[in-house]
Amino acid sequence: MRSFSRIAALALLVASVSFAAEAHDHSAMMKSDASVMSDDDMMEPVKAGDLVLSGAFTRATLPGAKVGGGYVKITNQSMEPDRLIGGSSSVAARVEVHEMKMDGNVMQMRRLKDGLEVPAGGTAELSPGGTHLMLINLTAPLKQGDMVPVTLEFAKAGKVELQFMVGPANATSMEHN
Amino acid sequence: MNFRLLRYGLWAVIAVLSLFLVFTYANTRFGTKAEGAQLGAPFNLTDQNGAPITEAAFSGHPSVLFFGFTHCPEVCPTTLFEMAGWLKTLGDDGKDLRVFFISVDPERDTPEVMKGYTAAFTDRITGITGNPDEVEKLLKSWKIYAKKVATENGDYTMDHTASVMLLDRDGRLKSTIDYKESPDVALKKLRLLIAG
Repeated sequence: MRSFSRIAALALLVASVSFAAEAHDHSAMMKSDASVMSDDDMMEPVKAGDLVLSGAFTRATLPGAKVGGGYVKITNQSMEPDRLIGGSSSVAARVEVHEMKMDGNVMQMRRLKDGLEVPAGGTAELSPGGTHLMLINLTAPLKQGDMVPVTLEFAKAGKVELQFMVGPANATSMEHN
Repeated sequence: MNFRLLRYGLWAVIAVLSLFLVFTYANTRFGTKAEGAQLGAPFNLTDQNGAPITEAAFSGHPSVLFFGFTHCPEVCPTTLFEMAGWLKTLGDDGKDLRVFFISVDPERDTPEVMKGYTAAFTDRITGITGNPDEVEKLLKSWKIYAKKVATENGDYTMDHTASVMLLDRDGRLKSTIDYKESPDVALKKLRLLIAG
C-alpha cells in the first residue's frame, strides 16, 4: 500500500512536469507565431507585365513613429532586367527605396537613388534588415490587420498598385519558418 | 680594436631599439585597456517621466544601455523587442537589471515621445533624453557614434552605433551585445552580468 502511494505520487509528478513542459513549448510556439503571419493572411501575388509581386507586408507602427518599412518579393519573368525606382502611397508623404547596412557596429540607412535592380529571370527581395521601402511621414499610425495601398514604380513595368498587409510591430516575414 | 668598438656600438643600438619596441607595444596594448575603463562621464539629462537623471542611475545594479531614436525604422525596434524578450526569459533572475534607452536624436525625442515608445516594448525600459549638447557629451563619453544624415524635405535619419552595452554594478562596461547576436549568447552575457 505504501509503495503504491509512492508510485502514484511519482506518476503524478512526472505527469505534471511533462504537462508544464508542454505548456511551455506551446507558449514559445505562440510567441514565435506572433512575429510571422499565417498563410491565410497572405495576399494573392500581383502580376504586372513580367513582374510578380508577392508577400507584401508592413508593420504596425510604434507610438510616435513617423516612418514604416515596406517589404515585398519581386520576381522578374522576362529576359530583361527591370528596376524599382520609387513609389507613392496615400498613407505617407513619400515612399523611397532604402538600404540598411551595418558598418562594424554602426547602423547606416541610405536612400538608393538609382533604385533596386530586379534581375532578368531573377528576384529582388525587400526585407527587414536589408533593402526595403520606407513610408515616410505617415499620415496616421499603421494598425495591425489593416491594408495599406502602395503604388510602386518600375523603370520598365511602370506603376503597379498593390496592398501591403499590416502585420505585428515585430513581424519579420509573411511566410512560415 | 675599432671593429670591436663598432660591434659594441651596434649592439647598444639594437638594445635601445628593442627596449623602445617593447615599451611602445606595452603602451598601446595596455594603454587602451586603461582608457576602456574610463568610459562614461557625469551627465544631467531627463528621463521619460520628465525627472532629472544622472550617471548615478548606472550604478548600484547591473545596467543595460542602448542608444537609438524613435524614428528608427529597423535596428532600434528589433533590438528593443529582443530586449523585452530577454527580460521576460530572465524573469526574477533579471529583476536587478535596469535598462536604459538613450536617444541619439534628442531634438525629436522629447520625454513624452520616449515614454510612449518604450512602453510599447516593456515597462522595464527607461528612456533618457534632454539637452542635445548634454546628450552628445554622454554619447562621446561612451564612444557612441551618432550622425545626422539629411534626407529630402529637410528631414533626416541617424546613423548610430547599434551595440547594447552591459555595465556592472559600478557602472563600468563589462561586455556588449551586438546587433543580431544570437538569443543564447545574449542571454548568457546577461546572466554573467547579473552574476558578476
